[in-house]
Amino acid sequence: MEYYLIVSAIMFFAGIYGFFVRRNTLAILISIELILNATDINFAVFNRFLFPNGLEGHFFALFSIAISAAETAVAIAIMINIYRNIRSIQVRNLNEMKW
Amino acid sequence: MNLTILILILPLISFLILGVWGKWLKPAQAGLLGTISLALVTLLSYYTAWQYFTMPRTPEGTFETLMPYNFTWLAFTETLHFDMGILLDPISVMMLVVISTVSLMVHIYSLGYMHGEKGFQRYYAFLSLFTMSMLGLVVATNIFQMYLFWELVGVSSYLLIGFYYTKPAAVAASKKAFIVTRFADLGFLVGILFYGFYAGTFTFSPTQTALVAGGAAMLPLALGLMFIGGAGKSAMFPLHIWLPDAMEGPTPVSALIHAATMVVAGVYLVARMFPLFIAYAPETLEIIGWVGAFTAFFAAAIACVQTDIKRVLAFSTISQIGFMIVALGVCTGSDPHEGGLGYMASMFHLFTHAMFKALLFLGAGSIIHAVHSNEMKDMGGLRKYMPVTHITFLIACLAIAGIPPFSGFFSKDEILAASFAYSPVMGWVMTGIAALTAFYMFRLYFGIFWGKEVEVHGSHKPHESKLPMTFPLMFLAAVTCVAGFIPFGEFISSNGQAYHIHLDLTVAVTSVVIAVIAIVLATLIYMRPAQPVADKLAKNLAGLHSAASNRFYVDEIYQFVTHKIIFRYISTPIAWFDRHVIDGFFNFLAWGTNATSNSIRNLQSGQIQQYALVFLLGALALILILLLTF
Amino acid sequence: MGLTLETILFFVLAAFITVFSILTVVTTRIVRSATYLLFVLLATAGIYFMLGYTFLGSVQIMVYAGGIVVLYVFSILLTSGEGDKAEKLKRSKFLAGLGASVAGGMIILFITLTHQFGPTSTPAPVEVSIKSIGYALMSGDKYGYILPFEAVSILLLACIIGGLLIARKR
Repeated sequence: MEYYLIVSAIMFFAGIYGFFVRRNTLAILISIELILNATDINFAVFNRFLFPNGLEGHFFALFSIAISAAETAVAIAIMINIYRNIRSIQVRNLNEMKW
Repeated sequence: MNLTILILILPLISFLILGVWGKWLKPAQAGLLGTISLALVTLLSYYTAWQYFTMPRTPEGTFETLMPYNFTWLAFTETLHFDMGILLDPISVMMLVVISTVSLMVHIYSLGYMHGEKGFQRYYAFLSLFTMSMLGLVVATNIFQMYLFWELVGVSSYLLIGFYYTKPAAVAASKKAFIVTRFADLGFLVGILFYGFYAGTFTFSPTQTALVAGGAAMLPLALGLMFIGGAGKSAMFPLHIWLPDAMEGPTPVSALIHAATMVVAGVYLVARMFPLFIAYAPETLEIIGWVGAFTAFFAAAIACVQTDIKRVLAFSTISQIGFMIVALGVCTGSDPHEGGLGYMASMFHLFTHAMFKALLFLGAGSIIHAVHSNEMKDMGGLRKYMPVTHITFLIACLAIAGIPPFSGFFSKDEILAASFAYSPVMGWVMTGIAALTAFYMFRLYFGIFWGKEVEVHGSHKPHESKLPMTFPLMFLAAVTCVAGFIPFGEFISSNGQAYHIHLDLTVAVTSVVIAVIAIVLATLIYMRPAQPVADKLAKNLAGLHSAASNRFYVDEIYQFVTHKIIFRYISTPIAWFDRHVIDGFFNFLAWGTNATSNSIRNLQSGQIQQYALVFLLGALALILILLLTF
Repeated sequence: MGLTLETILFFVLAAFITVFSILTVVTTRIVRSATYLLFVLLATAGIYFMLGYTFLGSVQIMVYAGGIVVLYVFSILLTSGEGDKAEKLKRSKFLAGLGASVAGGMIILFITLTHQFGPTSTPAPVEVSIKSIGYALMSGDKYGYILPFEAVSILLLACIIGGLLIARKR
């Protein structure tokens, strides 16, 4: 089972690295997808190996997928709006709040 | 008796109205308001005096001490408490009469003298403030209330001396007056604290003291310190330096404050505490007497060579207050027949001196108004042009020289009698000073009204002043003529019982003869336009003459001590310490805060990735901590 | 465990996931990044199938690989296209990111591998029937998921409306 967890850990920290390093906001969102996926794998793995009689992890992963889809949609809508306003989606341009 | 509170409240209201709304009042209205309120106060004072002195006496034969108002403001113990109230006893009632009369005369006089000046309403407001403070001082029931009004008097004096605040000399003089008296008041305050601690009370009567153990031995020190405060206000040597400079204020102010009322506050203080002095500190009283004698001589010597008429009068005031202090100082007991005569003599002289010195100053103001200058060299032969001023001034000079039947003779005679009763040395010293007094006063008189006329302002000849200015002169001259015949001892004496004044013929004749000799000397030297004798004397005694003209360099000594010694060796290091160490510490704190905030400012950059990085690092740190501790 | 087909498959998928997830975050061109993400998601679906959760894997492919990646590609093309070869990555940022993620990885792996997870079972992967999934999803008793289901549906509704409002043309 640990091998699954290693895989998901690698994917998780790859996502974190991408979150820190990438300049394009959409790339950051992609890294977030990686993170979420890694956690979904973890849930599924735990459910399968530690609690084979229940389905909690399975359903958690299911709902996680649904929710991350919704969140991605909204995030992309926001990014499009930002792009319309400042013509750039570099994350270093997004450092001031509204004033 | 319950109307006595109005005596304090009316001037206060007048001050507030004139102070707040004075700008919108016309000068004539302001002057009228001040004068009318003071006229009411004067009437009330006279009424109170009449009521007080016609009341039946107590079984011991004294006038009863009344306190129509007395409430405890702040109580420390049963006996030790701050009170505020009104105390009526013979000397306070007398002072009420004196202060209100002189103040009323000054108010009326100022209607003419200050006519057309800028700040007229402000002037009357300050006059009202001063009158209220002085009245409050004399009716104080305990030493603390007296101190409170003492400081108020000092403030009013500062405001009035510095009335012409655009003149640097006036500003400097007002500061000097305030600082010197404030410095003396430090001694006063320490004395009050000592007194409160060791005597256990703040009141004035020896019967109410609750002495702590060993207290009686410390009381002379306490009373001596309190006298230092009085010495500051009454311009005793060496704290006399502010009074000549205070002549920068308007002349009616000099008449009110620096002749008749404020400067006698010190005398009044000693008189107020006289029972305490007799009971606990008779040696201190002797020291006070000698201080007064020295001051009287010192000031008289300087007055002989001054050329500014207001300075002559200022030094004359210092000298006469010296007389009053001496009279108190030579008392050795509280029975007027044995050693207590000085008390009555001092109060009598206070009364008469207030009247004729105010007259002298107001007359000087009239002269200054006419010739637009203070210096004697710009005056001469004025008797042709200003008859009323001339006659009233002459009356006052005769009074201060001690010539009967004017009031000065009677009061000065009692002082000399008391001095002789104390010791012949003191008696002859005071007689000599009295002769000096007569001499310089008549030098002043001849210098102004006789001698060569000076052409001032071309064709503009000096003329007599208007009625608002001459009426007070005439009134005060009338008082000076008759006041000597008041049986003063009936009302005021050291133990309160009626004392019948009897003239000691030897003393009286001696003093009159010596005074007349001095006057004749002055006449011979100064009456003619040419003054060869005076010039020869000045040349032969040049050193003494210049020293006296420079007031014996006391001011220079003060300057030297403060600037070269205190400022350089004490103040400068302290200032350095304050600026670099204390301020430096706080500057360092501020610098530290600034540096810290600058260094962590970049944590809030707005960059999301940086925030996430910090977040992750924090989470990892937490995990590590949990890992390592479990 | 022996060198069964299962382990080979697992290693292939694991290598796939590792390589492509690292490539996703390292490549400079963003469209390639989206493509690599697609591969990662497909491999993840493969893992789900291996674990026996066929429904989950299908949902993964449909929603993630089919919906979300398409969405990303659309938005990439809408906003910047490929002309996004910005300047070189700053040294400090690279090192900070690398350091933080490697450190984090080390710590998590350490925890995971040293933790005793208890008895694990490796029976043959039994496919979870869609009927039981359906029952569980719609039932309201102790192990029923009707409440999250409804909640997620409302969330989706809100996200639809929100997304429309945010991104509409003014």
